[in-house]
Amino acid sequence: MAAEKKHAAYICKGCELGNRLDAASLVKIATKEGKMQLVREHDFLCSADGVAMIQNDIDNEGVTHIAICACSRRAKTEAFNFPTVAMSRGNLREGVIWIRPDTDEARETTQEMAEDYVRMACAEVKAMTVPSGNQNTGTSKTLLVVGGGMSGMTSALEASKTGYKVVLVEKTGALGGWAAKLWKRVPNREPFKAPMDNGVADLVAQIEADSNIKVYLNSTIAKTAGAPGRFKVDIAMESGPTVTEDIGAIIQATGFNLYDMNKLSHLGAGQANVVDQGGLEALAKAANGGIIKRADGKEVKSVVFVQCAGQRDASKTHLEYCSGHCCATSVKQAMYFKDANPDVDTMVIYTDLRMPGNNEDFYRSAQNKGVIFTKGVVSGVEASGDGCSVKFKDLILNDDTAASADLVVLATGMVPNSGVNIDAVAAAPAEAEPAEEGAEAAAPVAEVKPISILNLDYRQGPDMPQFKHGFNDSHFICFPYETRRTAIYAAGPLRRPMDIAQTQEDATGAAMKAIQAMENAGLGKAAHPRSGDLSFPTVRLEGCTQCKRCTVECPFGAIDEDEKRFPLFNESRCRRCGTCMGACPVRVISFENYSVNTVGAQLKAVDIPDEFSEKPRVLILACENDAYPALDMAGMNRNAYDPYVRVIPVRCLGSVNTIWITDALNSGYDGVMLMGCKHGEQYQCHFVKGSELGRYRMSKVYDTLKGMNLEEERLMDLEVAITDIDTLPQKINDYAAKIVEMGPSPFKGL
Amino acid sequence: MSDMNQQMAERYRNNFLKEIEEQAEMGDWVKMCMQCGVCSGSCPTNFHAGWDHPPQELFMMIRAGKRDEVLESNSMWMCVSCYNCYVRCPRKVPITHIMHGIAEYAYRIGRAPKNQPTQFLSKTFWDNATKTGRVNEVKLTQSLYFKNGIMDGIKQAMAMQDVALGLVKAKRLNPMEALGGGHKCKDIKGIHAMLDKARELENKRKGRTA
Ligand code: SF4
Ligand code: SF4
Ligand code: SF4
Repeated sequence: MAAEKKHAAYICKGCELGNRLDAASLVKIATKEGKMQLVREHDFLCSADGVAMIQNDIDNEGVTHIAICACSRRAKTEAFNFPTVAMSRGNLREGVIWIRPDTDEARETTQEMAEDYVRMACAEVKAMTVPSGNQNTGTSKTLLVVGGGMSGMTSALEASKTGYKVVLVEKTGALGGWAAKLWKRVPNREPFKAPMDNGVADLVAQIEADSNIKVYLNSTIAKTAGAPGRFKVDIAMESGPTVTEDIGAIIQATGFNLYDMNKLSHLGAGQANVVDQGGLEALAKAANGGIIKRADGKEVKSVVFVQCAGQRDASKTHLEYCSGHCCATSVKQAMYFKDANPDVDTMVIYTDLRMPGNNEDFYRSAQNKGVIFTKGVVSGVEASGDGCSVKFKDLILNDDTAASADLVVLATGMVPNSGVNIDAVAAAPAEAEPAEEGAEAAAPVAEVKPISILNLDYRQGPDMPQFKHGFNDSHFICFPYETRRTAIYAAGPLRRPMDIAQTQEDATGAAMKAIQAMENAGLGKAAHPRSGDLSFPTVRLEGCTQCKRCTVECPFGAIDEDEKRFPLFNESRCRRCGTCMGACPVRVISFENYSVNTVGAQLKAVDIPDEFSEKPRVLILACENDAYPALDMAGMNRNAYDPYVRVIPVRCLGSVNTIWITDALNSGYDGVMLMGCKHGEQYQCHFVKGSELGRYRMSKVYDTLKGMNLEEERLMDLEVAITDIDTLPQKINDYAAKIVEMGPSPFKGL
Repeated sequence: MSDMNQQMAERYRNNFLKEIEEQAEMGDWVKMCMQCGVCSGSCPTNFHAGWDHPPQELFMMIRAGKRDEVLESNSMWMCVSCYNCYVRCPRKVPITHIMHGIAEYAYRIGRAPKNQPTQFLSKTFWDNATKTGRVNEVKLTQSLYFKNGIMDGIKQAMAMQDVALGLVKAKRLNPMEALGGGHKCKDIKGIHAMLDKARELENKRKGRTA
């Protein structure tokens, strides 16, 4: 195993590098200071010839570690793909010549910059080993789908069509979920004019005929143990034994419930002639296409739909959000009446009618059928005579008025069935089990019954973490399907409010992601965002103090505890963010190609001029997902920035260990700049919590600075988005100017 | 006349929208308005000052059953038929036509505002033109100018003197027409028969008895 190491560095002279830089001196530095046994220059390193030269060194010269000093690590990844050796990249193109003006005055500092990046690349690669891939893999390729509604059935069928086995678990006695309760659905195809069949029977028939899909009805998940590719899932059947299935990945498609109408007594809830949209579907089903009758058997001659009932509530008493589907649903339900009898008075009272996409045609069709749309806010629904009186303010005519109706339908919102809110549980550990009935009424709005759905055997709790309002949504623009539990995906209205059409699209996407995750897990590779990464964290248990920081901070719940209370890494659950490594106070966690040493060696390799040279040094630790690409793109746009900064990409701000900061300041850097993604509610962090945890950790460093008698400003935390291509150079320059103003660090030359 | 109003009110009870849909030209489009307000935003007339209600509000009032306010409104009489709204309405609602449709209906059942200038002009023009089959400009001008009494009429006539003289010179206005019946078309009877037939056809189409 421990074969002889041989280090090689390659200096590229293509892309103007040869003209702008003194390559001979870079070669000298790689040899003398970088201590590379083999150093070569090439006029065009990424050409077939250059690549063949490197490959030949690997094959015939016994090279095991290569430092490629050329373009950014984000460029030419296909050419520079040498999976059998450890590799570092010195960014001389985007990081040096492209961000420096081509002038005589700039030549010296540009060259110094390039020399440092060569030193850093050499130092880094020496501290690396080739990632060998996670050995602790499982190869189950069976997908578990929890929930047999529209989303669950769609995911199951899509996965099956792709050739994967599926286990579908449904807690009730029949497939179909909410959709099965609908008399008809909003149309999803031309001409978008009339409600159409809910489509459930067809999907159920397809599933029953599909030998790839095994269905468990009347069943729940008793326990989910293991990791992607090797989950062991216990399925508890209502009558019968608990069976265990080997599962590769999981889709949770547990849908939603309607917001509890009884909380809306001001809108008439509780009165016999007031129903929610679910209630109306039941009446329509009973009518079976005929005249819709109320519960008391009376034919409905007039009906009023109250939109946004208990939704978009600024007072936060009820749901704060819009559930998206309810406008179209009310339009559909109004058509139930008009289609059976055009003389029924149907009025929809709305504040904003939200009919995205082709629903606009559906809306127009309803108007054509004579449904009356009134822009207004309903203030109350009272029983009156044999029906109801709906009091509302007409917002167009600025009129306080009322409409009478035989039946009132409240468009209440969607509440996700997302299981236990593990963050709330963690925040209130002392709280006793909530009492059954009483406590529920007082519970905050979107909270669902604390019954776990997945029963994950994870240290961090039995269900997926939730985002806003109890939904399992992730970052809906950048990585919509990802949750914080690797290879467990949320699909459908569990993720965010959505209608059937969106749900089916969503479920298809989730199936695709789940398949990808199973396959990656089987190969020992990471899932999004470091998809395909073979490295994984290892811990030197001899040094571990059992402080539990890593197990608590891992945003993905990858780390459990073993019997001796040491951290137990589940590599397949890990996303390779490095947060554990950044968190560890005794620094015993590392990756083969990314560790406290690989970064530490780089920052120490930089040449620090003395305090009289007037050449300060600023270390930038830049998130590889947003900040580093932004810097590269600044280079592509030739946006120049200060030549005294040295940039080291990090996997995430969360992976930044405070030792790097103190090491840098101790060794004479004049300032340290951290570049990471936005955190908090509108987070942009690819690891969701990484930048938040990293920042929290860094806030503690300021005390250390004080202890070192250093100004707070020597450490700067900058929030960077990938789009900050034009503004970032200015921010770097401003900081560098501030550092100059502050004067050199007292630690210089010590 | 007002029993016609009474009759219609009885017939449609609480459903003014239906009344407009069936009785006013293009009234069946009223329900298609989605209240975007593009029509009001497009209207070049200064309706803020002059109109009781902008077009889309009028449509909403019809749906809300505000029968009296709509029929007595001056709004539809203020429309100058520029068709700006008509071409812009995203719902393709023929607004201009509806305006005239409602105006005509209000007039027909005796609910149109009295002495509304547009209405007076329309009526005067119609009577003038249909009487002889040709418009008698002098008489038409006279009846318009002297609508508010003799003094006002003289004042207006004086103000327009130059224009009138120009028209006379260009042979577009013949002062002699003030006397006698003025010029006529050759077949007055024929014209009247034609108009009667047109009325009959329209009534038939709208299912009304003459
Ligand atoms: S913190 Fe990140 S790197 Fe560490 S175990 Fe968790 S997912 Fe993996
Ligand atoms: S432009 Fe058309 S749809 Fe919009 S308010 Fe006017 S009539 Fe209604
Ligand atoms: S047609 Fe009439 S209502 Fe329409 S913009 Fe012109 S004046 Fe206004």
